[in-house]
Amino acid sequence: MNVQFRESLEAASPQTVKTAIADCDIHPARATRTELYPYLAKRWQHHLEVYGVHAYQGMMEGPPYPKAQPNASRRDAYPPEGGPQGSSLPFMQKQLLDPNNVQFGVLNPLNTGQGIRNHELSAALCSAINDWQIDKWTSKDRRLKASIVVGNEDGLSAAAEIRERAGDKNFVQVLLLSRNVEPLGQRRYWPIYQAAEEAGLPVGVHAFGFGGNPITPSGWPSYYIEEMVGHSQCQQSALASLVLEGVFERFPKLKMVMIEAGFGWAPSLAWRLDKVWQRLRSEVPHVKRPPSEYIREQVWWTTQPMEDPERREDLFDVIKWIGWDRLLFATDYPHWDYDEPSRVLPAGVSEANREAFYLGNAQKLYGIAA
Amino acid sequence: MASLIAGGVDCDVHPAVPHLTSLLPYLNDYWRDQVTTRGMVDLVSQSYPQNSPIVARPDWRPETGKSGESLKDMQRHLLDPFQLTHAICNPLYGVQMVFSEDLQAAFCRALNEWLVKEWLDRDQRLRGSIVIPTQSVEKAVTEIERCAQDRRFVQVLMLVMGDTPLGKRAWWPIYEAAERLDLPVGIHAGSAYHNPPTAVGWGSYHIEDYVGQAQAFQTQLTSLIVEGVFAKYPRLKMVMLESGVSWISPYLWRLHKFWRGVRMETPWVDRAPLDIVRSNIRFSLQPFDVPPEPETLIRLFDHMQSDELVLFSTDYPHWQFDGQDALPEGLSPDLVRKIMIDNPHATYPRLT
Repeated sequence: MNVQFRESLEAASPQTVKTAIADCDIHPARATRTELYPYLAKRWQHHLEVYGVHAYQGMMEGPPYPKAQPNASRRDAYPPEGGPQGSSLPFMQKQLLDPNNVQFGVLNPLNTGQGIRNHELSAALCSAINDWQIDKWTSKDRRLKASIVVGNEDGLSAAAEIRERAGDKNFVQVLLLSRNVEPLGQRRYWPIYQAAEEAGLPVGVHAFGFGGNPITPSGWPSYYIEEMVGHSQCQQSALASLVLEGVFERFPKLKMVMIEAGFGWAPSLAWRLDKVWQRLRSEVPHVKRPPSEYIREQVWWTTQPMEDPERREDLFDVIKWIGWDRLLFATDYPHWDYDEPSRVLPAGVSEANREAFYLGNAQKLYGIAA
Repeated sequence: MASLIAGGVDCDVHPAVPHLTSLLPYLNDYWRDQVTTRGMVDLVSQSYPQNSPIVARPDWRPETGKSGESLKDMQRHLLDPFQLTHAICNPLYGVQMVFSEDLQAAFCRALNEWLVKEWLDRDQRLRGSIVIPTQSVEKAVTEIERCAQDRRFVQVLMLVMGDTPLGKRAWWPIYEAAERLDLPVGIHAGSAYHNPPTAVGWGSYHIEDYVGQAQAFQTQLTSLIVEGVFAKYPRLKMVMLESGVSWISPYLWRLHKFWRGVRMETPWVDRAPLDIVRSNIRFSLQPFDVPPEPETLIRLFDHMQSDELVLFSTDYPHWQFDGQDALPEGLSPDLVRKIMIDNPHATYPRLT
């Protein structure tokens, strides 16, 4: 899915490829099964060897819905020295960072300690992943910045992990997944938002995760495509929960980033929230302003996977409704549905909007100097 | 606001069952005895708390009883002033929450009989939807075939949130019967509450559930399309009722992109999702969740690239608009005619 707009392929200017960009969704992987062990206490190494990881879904290895590609990643992204896609910094530099002139990249590790039923193990794995991000990635390439991964089902220990990392310039955000035990606005998660707001760090909510709930409101679907398309519905429900529980009202300096869930649905969800809020606001007196205002002021969106209308100009109506200042370019490297930077925006977008979309918005949000 | 025109079809009105005891005359001795001996209570779903502002417009709310339980009120509020030729009755009584397939089948049959006797027989403009016992596909098909003999039943009615996704093959005998009998399948907002009402768990609020209906419709459309329902039953129409409309195009852009990426997983989906929706799926107008600026509305209808997707509805007695302003501002006269008359007739073959 590297091709966004069929008609624009020929027109894509080579010069846009070289424009400096931020990539706000990069997935670093472990090269070996035991790569985290140096960061884990003996007790947890033993636990993993004997019992493994028990997630809020039944598979001991791999996802419940088989992906369309091994590791859901590009077949050309295997590092020459071996290991899965995304596990080699030199190859990531060669394939992603250098040729695309990525000035600033945000690491979002998946398959970490999130979504694990044993919350102590969850916290230990998340802390290990955070150490590993510094050792293997951000200390070796200053363009890369890490996300603080937290075992979010235990809000207090998650908040402690955030406070421990606060002020460490290796980290630029806190990372959550969209599908959890409860909708993300629920009180069990508030210590995370409080700690993030105090630390001045945005909270990124990346699509995925299993929280023990069927992944549609009518139960479990059959296919991978349903899970993939459905991430946008999960994200909508998570965002609606955040608004309606009053998280943005209670934490007015909190900034949230919706990662890899699309953005085409954002105006529609905001309109729907506003309309229903006008009727039913007496149920949620803590939501003091129209929901769309909180979303406009406190939510950002990564671009990949960009929606794919038949007429590309239709998508620009949507971007206008969201605001060009709220989109953050992302490739999702090394995943198979990677968006190719040179082919995402066709000609006709103003230079200011193009710059904001590819780089400026991310620099401002994450506090990275231009 | 765009002007209503006479002769329209309202595709989503809600006559209310006053109380479970209202169905007693339509139950057999065994079930009548079960209801009374066991002290069964009224089947009111969380989806529609009776005093919620959205559930009844203030000027449509009766002094006593449930909104929508009086035919006279419906005539006075809706059928006469809106100059409708037809209104399709979609009873939202909580029978879908019942777990026993026997009890649910008895309730559905009684509800459908009640609709005939208390509503369809009393006003010639009214048409009905067949409420089916979804705990048993076999019993659902039996109920469809029984009711379909009465041509005033124009649709099969299901809720958007049930036990399993609606595209799953186990449901297909329902779709086979519906296609064979010229009955579109209406999917209405609401849940059996057999699963959490969002894909990320149970929220706290009624407003959250109501907002979440739109996401439920989106996941059901994905299921229906990718499981191949419309490849198997190409003449089947499905109508999304009280779904909202502003999400349709961006949702389809996303589905289309992933279908292009992983269509090898569902090779029986032999047409683009956009094309399947244009030929087989329709949406009711209210609740119209687009902001009031006409230029935004015009862009959204343009994004749909079709003037055949939307069917007129008031969602009576729910509070979606005030006065006669059922049509949002910015619709052209041609589009008004399509929405109010042509599209409903093209969707419901039994509407004659």
